[in-house]
Amino acid sequence: MNAIIQNLSTPSHLPTTEEDELKGYGNLDEMGRIKGMQIPRVPDPTAFLNLYTDSMSSNPEAKIKLAHGTTTLAFRFKGGIIVAVDSRATAGSYIASGTVKKVIEINPYLLGTMAGGAADCQYWETYLGMRCRLYELRNKERISVAAASKILSNIVYGYKGRGLSMGTMICGWDKTGPALFYVDSEGQRLKGDLFSVGSGSTFAYGVLDQGYSYDLSDEEAQELGRRSIIAAGHRDAFSGNTCNLYHVRENGWEFIGNYDVSQQWYEYEAKKKAAREAASSEMAVEV
Amino acid sequence: MECAFAITGKDFVLIASDMSAGRSIIQMKSNENKITPVGPNLAMACGGEPGDTSRFADYVDRNLRLYHIRNNFPLPPPSAASWVRRILAESIRSRSPYAVNVLLGGFDTTTSKPHLYWLDYLGTKADIPYAAQGVGMYVTLSTMDKWWYENIERREALDVLNKCVDEVKKRVTIKFDFNCVLIDKDGVHSLDLKSQDPIAELEAKVAAMKPSDPEPIIPSSDAPAIAAA
Repeated sequence: MNAIIQNLSTPSHLPTTEEDELKGYGNLDEMGRIKGMQIPRVPDPTAFLNLYTDSMSSNPEAKIKLAHGTTTLAFRFKGGIIVAVDSRATAGSYIASGTVKKVIEINPYLLGTMAGGAADCQYWETYLGMRCRLYELRNKERISVAAASKILSNIVYGYKGRGLSMGTMICGWDKTGPALFYVDSEGQRLKGDLFSVGSGSTFAYGVLDQGYSYDLSDEEAQELGRRSIIAAGHRDAFSGNTCNLYHVRENGWEFIGNYDVSQQWYEYEAKKKAAREAASSEMAVEV
Repeated sequence: MECAFAITGKDFVLIASDMSAGRSIIQMKSNENKITPVGPNLAMACGGEPGDTSRFADYVDRNLRLYHIRNNFPLPPPSAASWVRRILAESIRSRSPYAVNVLLGGFDTTTSKPHLYWLDYLGTKADIPYAAQGVGMYVTLSTMDKWWYENIERREALDVLNKCVDEVKKRVTIKFDFNCVLIDKDGVHSLDLKSQDPIAELEAKVAAMKPSDPEPIIPSSDAPAIAAA
């Protein structure tokens, strides 16, 4: 409440001289704290944003339109965590970019994925990286994935109803081993072994659930993550272009590769056809 | 979409809740525990707006624990229920209300009586012998009306609870998995609904613990107090 009042009153804390400006950075003050987000100057900002944000209201005239289309997935297995995402950014029916990095590298041991509002995810996960570094400096040990995801969850819960839109997975390796948390802008935070988020998540789940087992080998797991994103990229109009694949192990994450969705899709189709032909010719030989 | 129900008996309360979590039609998790122990002999099943539920449960848990530490005595169930109701009633008039419905069950060690409270996000509180919340309400209230009786024994109460679980599985289109706790003078115990005789298992566990650990079990929120059933 105080934060809101502060925002509504004259922004006396904002930098006035050039010297002051140098002290902070962007939305951060000289201590690295967030000065506060700008909030609409109306009596009830939540109701106002509800009416004008398309993700929250059925009002077709809603002026604030957020980019949504995405497929992201992450799963835990015996070799660590696989994180796979697509790279398409859409604004309505328009493909705004096909080379978006939807995996945010928070630090060498933590990855965050991006679904929902791109700006929200990028901003808050970068800020999370800062908080994690501060934790490391203060406590002389790395932050746990549980604690890091709780920091993010606490922040977004504080903005609940104010139009934030994010569905993210925080993945990493800490003292307890590999850990995976789903955090969204509703304030929900779930620990789990397998999650998929975004408009293409249903298609990704369809492949992922059928092929998943905890005892997958590294190669099998990487292939499963890649195959699921390709499947979603093929079916979901708002996902596609390329697939970025990461593998989290005990000594941190590793970027595995970037794969073209349509190229991969037709390779899979060709392989499927070849396998079928091989099987039918074998049958013919037996007969 | 959630579903929880609770039954009081002679010297215990049973609470069961579904374990699903997700977004719109997609179930992202089927083993999320929604029953929080909030005292040595008190537990709470939370349903409602995702995000609000876990935070509200945390808030209640920490405040009741603070009371316990300050006074070296836990808040008894009737007082705890009044306090939770007040929090919800104040919240509904605030800018960001908790949209949370609660089943609060506890065993009052001072009077040796079980208590069950039905609370909703508007701040309604009802002290009742058996209750349901969520989609299960439509099919299980009549089941409990028919089979429940005063001073019901543990095994019979568990039978009624299993009837409710079966009914939900039969008549509600959404698939649910349930976990269950039993609260009595010895504390909050998790029950495995899938096992043949959960009550016998519980009695064996309590008997094994008694001689070495006469202290009441104070649930720690850091440790996973209830294993997924």
